[in-house]
Amino acid sequence: MLTLEDIVTYYGNICALKGISLDVEQGEIVTIIGGNGAGKTTTLKTICGLVPATSGEVCFLDNDITNNPTSDIVGAGIVMVPEGRRVFPRMSVLENLQLGAYLNKNRLEVKEDLEKVFDLFPILRDRKKQVAGTLSGGEQQMLAIGRALMARPKLLLLDEPSMGLAPKIVANIFNIISEINRAGTTILLVEQNARMALSIANKGFVIETGNIVLEDTAENLLRNEEVKKAYLGE
Amino acid sequence: MVFEQIINGLTLGSTYSLIALGYTMVYGILELINFAHSEIYMIGAFIGLIMVSVYKLPFIVALLLSMAASCLLGIIIEKIAYKPLRRANRIASLISAIGVSIFLQNAVLMSAGPQARAFPANFNVTNLRLGNLQISSLQLIILLVSVVLMVGLHLLIQKTRLGQAMRATAQDKETAQLMGIKIDQVVSFTFAIGSALGGAAGVLVGIYFNSADPMMGFFPGLKGFVAAVLGGIGSVPGAMLGGLFLGLIEMLGAVYISRYKDAIAFAVLIFILLLKPTGLLSRRIQEKV
Repeated sequence: MLTLEDIVTYYGNICALKGISLDVEQGEIVTIIGGNGAGKTTTLKTICGLVPATSGEVCFLDNDITNNPTSDIVGAGIVMVPEGRRVFPRMSVLENLQLGAYLNKNRLEVKEDLEKVFDLFPILRDRKKQVAGTLSGGEQQMLAIGRALMARPKLLLLDEPSMGLAPKIVANIFNIISEINRAGTTILLVEQNARMALSIANKGFVIETGNIVLEDTAENLLRNEEVKKAYLGE
Repeated sequence: MVFEQIINGLTLGSTYSLIALGYTMVYGILELINFAHSEIYMIGAFIGLIMVSVYKLPFIVALLLSMAASCLLGIIIEKIAYKPLRRANRIASLISAIGVSIFLQNAVLMSAGPQARAFPANFNVTNLRLGNLQISSLQLIILLVSVVLMVGLHLLIQKTRLGQAMRATAQDKETAQLMGIKIDQVVSFTFAIGSALGGAAGVLVGIYFNSADPMMGFFPGLKGFVAAVLGGIGSVPGAMLGGLFLGLIEMLGAVYISRYKDAIAFAVLIFILLLKPTGLLSRRIQEKV
């Protein structure tokens, strides 16, 4: 569904991605794990066209989308939930969700999708008039995911959904991610919480300083001695 | 007497508000002070003048045509002078803005000449009396047009899809892109709306003082900028409030304190910035996690 072929990305003079190749099959949950500054977020931003790739190719559903405008990539069905939620803080919950459906001009569909999101996250229905900046971290994460779902993604990119959240809420969010996947959305998940991510994923990539160093099924990665030592804290 | 000065102040202030909106909207999206804005105001006044005196068009038609032309001018200025510099150092765009301003002033100077042109009003100015209160029909028109434009702007920003996109872009540009919003489109739109309001202010002031000249944008432009800062730059209601507030202070100050009304306006600016540096209705700065 999505393939990255030898992607190189620079931030100014700094080479953040040094030739990343990976692939995501339809229906999968794929996770990218790695430490701080390894290039996880940059990988997602390059896929979305927020950061230009210097070389290499991003293919989505057999189309070359490398360095396309972000709005086109979103229109093609790749939607990202950015790191740190990034809800629009001075807008209401409802407006945030409406913005998620910005490219969908069919009002009926938007209304349907809104109901689906409210069913998935009932708390958002109760708070739909509330200003998003006043929500708790967990609620903001739910809003950010709900907002992304409003765009009817084929592939959902999630950047550190567990960041800064209490363990109980993290478990809840991960349940919902699995649920979204079962409903038919393919997921590419970037996480520092490797154990949590591998527990729901089919496949994982380990990234270190801009290179993919390991690629395997999630089960194998959970048993891998090096992964255990470096990322699972055993 | 006091009431009449208040009316005078609000009339003047409403034009400041219209100018301030252009500054504040562009700043909200691009964090750029568009110093060419005062020239859009000036050119708006000239276009209004030409429409009224040469083509003998009714005032409202002249106003709309002038707004449309200002709109176009704003979009062109953005495309030529700011867009290529969007990733450059911020000082570069600022210098470019000053350059555009000087260019436009001189272009009008060359084609229209340095002397002030009269704005022959093709309607009768009458004084309306409400008890002891006297208000000219001209003032009433200015206030009415300003209010209509500001209410229209409010509805546009709060209720339409593009308005929503503008607010989202002002709050978080990168995330706005992830919603599928095209930033270039929003920027063009912002310049268009801000410039149309600036041009409208030019026409209103032109008929009020019955004159237009190539340097007429300087002080109102500065005052509009002061009004935007007073209200909290980036805040749309702030710009509206800041303009009215500045107009009132200027008029009342000129009558009751000293006739140096420009000095009063800038003294107020300094005073407010000392007390509340972010302006009266500043946008709350949200910490990003």
